[in-house]
Amino acid sequence: MNVRANRPLLIEGGRVIDPSQGMDRITNLLVEDGRIVAYDAISTGDQEVLDASDKIVAPGLIDMHVHLREPGREEDETIRTGTAAAVAGGFTSIACIPNTEPPIDTQATVEFIRHQAVLADQCNVFVVACVSKNREGKELAELGQLVQAGAVAFSDDGAPVYDAELMRRALEYCRMFDKPILNHAEVRELTQGGVMHEGLVSLVLGLPGMPSVAEDVMASRDIALADATGGRIHMMHVSSVGSVDLIRRAKGRGVRVTTEVCPHHFTLTDDSLRSFDSNFKMSPPLRSQKHVNACIAGLADGTIDVICTDHAPHALEKKMRELDQAPFGIVGLETALGLVVTRLIEPGHLDWPAALAKMTINPARILGINKGTLAIGADADITVIDPTVRWTVDPTKFRSKSRNTPFAGWKLQGRADSVIVGGRIKYQAPAEAAEQGRRPARAR
Amino acid sequence: MSTEVMDLSAVPETWTRRHLLDVESLSAEEIHVILDSAVAFKESTANCTQKMPLLTGRTCANLFFEPSTRTRTSFSLAARRLGADTIDFSSTGSSLSKGETFIDTAKNIEAMGVDVVIVRHRTPGTAELLAENLRCSVINAGDGAHEHPTQGLLDILSIRERRGQIAGLTVALVGDIAHSRTARSNIWGLKKLGAHVIVCGPSTLVSPRWAELGVEVSNDLDAIIPRCDVLNLLRIQFERQSTRPFPSVREYAHLYAMNHERLARAKRDILILAPGPINRGVEITPDVADGPHSAILEQVTNGLAVRMAVLWLILGGNS
Repeated sequence: MNVRANRPLLIEGGRVIDPSQGMDRITNLLVEDGRIVAYDAISTGDQEVLDASDKIVAPGLIDMHVHLREPGREEDETIRTGTAAAVAGGFTSIACIPNTEPPIDTQATVEFIRHQAVLADQCNVFVVACVSKNREGKELAELGQLVQAGAVAFSDDGAPVYDAELMRRALEYCRMFDKPILNHAEVRELTQGGVMHEGLVSLVLGLPGMPSVAEDVMASRDIALADATGGRIHMMHVSSVGSVDLIRRAKGRGVRVTTEVCPHHFTLTDDSLRSFDSNFKMSPPLRSQKHVNACIAGLADGTIDVICTDHAPHALEKKMRELDQAPFGIVGLETALGLVVTRLIEPGHLDWPAALAKMTINPARILGINKGTLAIGADADITVIDPTVRWTVDPTKFRSKSRNTPFAGWKLQGRADSVIVGGRIKYQAPAEAAEQGRRPARAR
Repeated sequence: MSTEVMDLSAVPETWTRRHLLDVESLSAEEIHVILDSAVAFKESTANCTQKMPLLTGRTCANLFFEPSTRTRTSFSLAARRLGADTIDFSSTGSSLSKGETFIDTAKNIEAMGVDVVIVRHRTPGTAELLAENLRCSVINAGDGAHEHPTQGLLDILSIRERRGQIAGLTVALVGDIAHSRTARSNIWGLKKLGAHVIVCGPSTLVSPRWAELGVEVSNDLDAIIPRCDVLNLLRIQFERQSTRPFPSVREYAHLYAMNHERLARAKRDILILAPGPINRGVEITPDVADGPHSAILEQVTNGLAVRMAVLWLILGGNS
């Protein structure tokens, strides 16, 4: 259901948690003309009313690491299906990663993505553009013009920025625009041919391993370069004890480094590969329990700023292959929130405000975008979360074009109930899903 | 070891498996069922090459995506000795070359009406993948560096034949443990039957983490030789190594080749196995390979018996 932009929307009775303002209280929130206009608002009768009792009202969630695949690999995902999956997962803004075909390294491609996102009319799409021309790691893309076209950050993800000199220049150059470089930290010589984390399980299965030190060595280089240049480095999808520790210490001495973690890296271990199921194959790989514990500890102590999905759709025929032939990556947009609630909030690793900060204001600040807040006057991007609903992950119901998830059949708690983008309701959870296993409503 | 030869008129009730994908998941009892059946087949066919028509009308498909001579021939002969028909599909190139996936290839072969697919592939987990996607039985004839169950079982049978039992023996697997599916199948089988297992080789090919699975780890062949009852010399798998894990073949042979000097320091009744093909002069010198301690050719004979046993157990019980 779409609310006319000129009719005010009253979100009534929800627990409003907005880490950007340190807010956590039950209140009524009024939205008008696509903006947040008032708290403690009273129903006047001519508003659209959204009952948010027993719900959490949060700034619209932001996923700063999404592979939308368009242009070039529309068999896996399109901007339309990817953004539809995003809102179903509770995200009102996503940042898309430029390893498309062609890669996003020109103003024209940035504008194409932004235009397609407007046509899709689901959620906001921010463009991460390539660090290097054609994502080849040889010479800088025209970063200044890409910024003018709207790029919010730079990354050659899919591959690391391998050349240390190129990384140094990128960090230095981007200081002018205050844009971060997002790097996939991996020393390729150490992971060559690898399909999973190198450890006891890879030893038993005879599968070529990707040792955690491959991540640590590159993380160490990037931190040193950020320190030397004063540039901003954002370490993508950390997954190892070593890199979490390096980042923790670098932050301690004031290096401009931030980082993110994906739900699979705080929920799954390399033991899953015993099934030889390629839905457990991703890069960085699922590691052992001590690495999972390090990711959770890094989230809890604030070392890890952001929870992102690294949503990496692959068509079924690509994943239904021998493990070494199947591509790396899994979809994540439609399971992330449930995994955060079930595996981080419910067990007490993070409270709601801390978890939401990592999915709202923190990524907004890293990307320098005016999102992730419910402050008066802000864009009315709002995610209403049902924190208690229990549901079962059913990939056949995904809005994403791809189904490559390791979480099929998982029973999760918490999901997006209503998702509002620019004041308009873009998603409401299907009624049957909201009823399933629901706890009795609290008396008001 | 059973003193009585097993009755081959019916598959024992203790055997319930449709597939043989690995040794890791077998129980000691299941391993003994396979070995006892193999002994029975060996005795029944010892003096004649007459067929035993236990699998008449059944069809076995060899699906080999990696080069193989002895395993494929051995499975074919085992199937024919049991009266089954065999078809061979070999593709050394990637199944991708014609755009067909590996699973589709297997499904096409299955659609021709086969009862069991015997698969070899360079990637760990491929036998498992087929077992999930096909309706027929699947036998793993080697999946990358993961497992090669019939090879592990025939090695163990060769030891049991010579030494009577496995429990209490010290068995060293020497060489390229990292890339060896034979090593993994041997380790699981030997441990389940009570042997003390040592993995020995250069530290780049022998992970210290094997110790976490109750396996002794050594880098010094000369130090362990006097304690060993059995040495199983694994081939250096140059084709699976992305970077060379030791400086030269010459240096490897110097440190790890089984030669007569090393043999002189071993127990008098030491048994030497080598799952072929062997690199003569690298893992083993010709005098040792062809000497009285070597069971290399018995391994080949036992391979046929083990494969007859496995085919019969998997196909004989569900007709």
